[in-house]
Amino acid sequence: MPSKPKESIERVAIRFCGDSGDGMQLTGTKFTESTALAGNDLSTLPDFPAEIRAPAGTLAGVSGFQIHFSSADIRTPADHPDVLVAFNPAALRANVDDVRPGGMVILNSDAFNKKSLQRAGYEDDPLPDIRERFRTLEIPITSLNREAVKGLGISSREGDRSKNFFALGLMFWLYNRPMEPTLRWLEGRFQGDVLEANTRVLKAGYAFGETTEIFPSSFVVNRAKIQPGTYRNITGNTALAWGVVAAATQMDHPVFLGAYPITPASDVLHEVARFRHFGVKTFQAEDEIAAISATIGASFAGHLAITTTSGPGMVLKQEALGLAVMTELPLVVVNIQRAGPSTGMPTKIEQTDLLMALHGRNGESPVPVVAAATPGDCFYTVLEAFRIAVTHMTPVIMLSDSYLANSAEPWLIPEIDSLRRTAIQHPTDAEGFAPYLRDPDTLARPWAVPGTPGLEHRLGGLSKQDRTGSVSYDPRNNERMVELRAEKVARIANDIPPVEIFGPDRGELLVVGWGGTHGAITSAVEEAQRDGRSVSSIHLRHLNPFPTNLRDVLGRFEQVLVPELNSGQLTSLLRAEFLTPAHVMSKVQGQPFLVEEIRERIDAMLDGKKD
Amino acid sequence: MTTAGAKLTTKDFQSDQDIRWCPGCGDYSILANVQRVMPELGIPRENFVFVSGIGCSSRFPYYMNTYGMHTIHGRAPAFATGIKSSRPELSVWVVTGDGDGLSIGGNHLLHTIRRNVDIQILLFNNRVYGLTKGQYSPTSRLGMRTKSTPDGAIDYPIDPIAFALGAGATFVARTVDVNAPHLQEILRRAHAHRGTAFIEILQNCPVYNDDEWIELEDRKQRVESSLVLSDGRPLTWGPDDQRRGIRIEDGIPSVVAVGAEDPVAKGVAIHHERHETPAYAFALASLQRPEFPLPIGVFRAVEKPSYERALEQQVVDAVGKRGPGDLASLLHSGDTWTVEE
Repeated sequence: MPSKPKESIERVAIRFCGDSGDGMQLTGTKFTESTALAGNDLSTLPDFPAEIRAPAGTLAGVSGFQIHFSSADIRTPADHPDVLVAFNPAALRANVDDVRPGGMVILNSDAFNKKSLQRAGYEDDPLPDIRERFRTLEIPITSLNREAVKGLGISSREGDRSKNFFALGLMFWLYNRPMEPTLRWLEGRFQGDVLEANTRVLKAGYAFGETTEIFPSSFVVNRAKIQPGTYRNITGNTALAWGVVAAATQMDHPVFLGAYPITPASDVLHEVARFRHFGVKTFQAEDEIAAISATIGASFAGHLAITTTSGPGMVLKQEALGLAVMTELPLVVVNIQRAGPSTGMPTKIEQTDLLMALHGRNGESPVPVVAAATPGDCFYTVLEAFRIAVTHMTPVIMLSDSYLANSAEPWLIPEIDSLRRTAIQHPTDAEGFAPYLRDPDTLARPWAVPGTPGLEHRLGGLSKQDRTGSVSYDPRNNERMVELRAEKVARIANDIPPVEIFGPDRGELLVVGWGGTHGAITSAVEEAQRDGRSVSSIHLRHLNPFPTNLRDVLGRFEQVLVPELNSGQLTSLLRAEFLTPAHVMSKVQGQPFLVEEIRERIDAMLDGKKD
Repeated sequence: MTTAGAKLTTKDFQSDQDIRWCPGCGDYSILANVQRVMPELGIPRENFVFVSGIGCSSRFPYYMNTYGMHTIHGRAPAFATGIKSSRPELSVWVVTGDGDGLSIGGNHLLHTIRRNVDIQILLFNNRVYGLTKGQYSPTSRLGMRTKSTPDGAIDYPIDPIAFALGAGATFVARTVDVNAPHLQEILRRAHAHRGTAFIEILQNCPVYNDDEWIELEDRKQRVESSLVLSDGRPLTWGPDDQRRGIRIEDGIPSVVAVGAEDPVAKGVAIHHERHETPAYAFALASLQRPEFPLPIGVFRAVEKPSYERALEQQVVDAVGKRGPGDLASLLHSGDTWTVEE
């Protein structure tokens, strides 16, 4: 049988959606792996409910996974999917309005009956309307799947569970992706009839695409022209965990990670726990407070210490973090932000904890803050956080968010030799030692650790006497120590790179971003630049202290726009620090920015419509 | 300079800080006895770490010339867990009180004991909040009138020994601030124990709850009021001519007169620290004044692998099984692809 023709396209975005028990995240992940191996640039966005299994077939239980891949550079999972694969009416209803007009909708037609339509809240059959708006392909996935597993010694329930792999196989065919990585993964994961069922179903889906008349052709997305090197696919949380391991090797110190399970940070604990052979110790504490407390204890004992959490957990850690400020111990606190306040939307995306990071403690309590920009950047950002912590003897807050945590992108694997090494000195000479003596340049105090003879000293939360660290209630000494701690953090600005400008170094509009919005902002700015507009952007990794050239950069543009997934937190900092009339572009919906939203706002600013 | 070979003295453990407890506070005696015992333990001074939370007792680390941390309210056991888990060779001592350890820090005390981290926890129980000036604590008696309970406390107190036993403690003891030989012996025993050693120290607060434990502190009264536990010996107390004993039937203790007779013949229980079940120790913990004498000594001492050793073992096993971690192979693990020039 002659193969069908292949049509070449530059990019496509696909969203898989179904019940949270339908295996959508797995389907998306496997499709992503094959796409990465096919050499495309890609970006993914999982979107799942906080409930492990909401009632089947309801809107609350819909889980989705979007992948955007291209033969050109891309930085976001795409504003609108071109293809929607919906496993039931609820998934269709929750997602179809996001699909690009005229896009493709692939349905499991077996799942569309009166009862399931009702469960999804459809009063009338939606399909006539859908067929009109989209290229709608109705495929009886459940029955085709059952046909494929016929004769195997598994229950029909077990058999039905593999229907996501039928769809996966079909999409592999439609976009000419290799099946081998998934087949290999199945072999490592399952045995016997279950392995056979999944393998058959995957291949059946592929063969269905080849033979059915529904698809006249398949699509090819050529390899992207990307920087040479060896790549892998990585999520932000995996990159973060590996960065923690890299800190151990690059700083030649054992790591202690204390954490309490919380969405979306738990995966970091899971991942780091696998690396005991790197000398890494993980501690699942009884609560968030114990997690940071044990971590500070490990820092006092001389370990690279890190605690990972998300918003509500960050609130609980603040008192202990204040102690780390007072005792001037190195520590990394990672807040993988999620939608709040309170429990909020635990799996959804926000950047609403910046001001808490800076100001969330009692007293004058300065803490350096860094933020990761992309999933792969989480690796470098946690290394940077450790570097600042041990060099300047201070706790450091690293901000990530649930978008970075779960999104994946191809990541250029660094050469180990290219990773910065940081030498750590622990004093051993008792002559002239005092726990709060300071390095004249950085103002860092010595990191003397238990087990060192002659350097016995006590740390604590009570106000410290300069140099000796003894308890002191002297008013002037207290003020001096407040100033010293502030100055120590301020001087970190001398130890961080200047901010880089994307685009011309002066012009009409500067877009300022931080954190996980990097992809959307850069894409929008790039688009506007291509259309000849006078716009540049910067993305801040260091949020406290700011890079030393920031004031100058802000001054070179007529207007400043700050897109943030909050109500204007960085905006208010820039206004306060630099008296810059920065305009906020705020979004607090639990969803990332769309490129088109930012683009529209850029145009509006440039066209003189300020708000 | 190392202190490993040198013979240490009590003075080596005294810091240069002025001690700021109230005159007559039981903490002075506890500090002096701890400083007396430390040199005997055969551990270099630099390997001791004292960790505390917030409260009068928590000033303790400042007065010990060792490594120390005065941390935040109630969390000392968690800090100590981090120190011991990362550096098992250190000798880590937690100093806490009834408010710090059982109120705000109850959760951490519970979980640290449950994990059996090899540290010593000294809980100074004076049944009142001292540093905040006299409110009732979780161990205060029902009805206690304080500034915050002018009509009397209406919550039921918790017994620190029963709490520790409930958390699965492998070593549980009670001693008294001014009973120097007993306190020192319990400190030695706690140090020798591998796993969490929990010690309740009955401590007098002369300002806000004076003489709360006078029956246990006063040399004369304590003969009548306390039952000194001794492994393998019958549970008897009182002056020789009026000896009495504790019988435990169906887990329920009762008092029997013994006098000059053989206590075993009278059905008096023999103290045994190593029962697998904590039921016997719970029965002892239920002995409260004034119906019973208050037991002092070791309630329970059993062996169980400690948390930090198990964690260390996982590291050793992982290295043995997979070899020392190699960052480059980690970064290249799984599916990768190479883009050529």
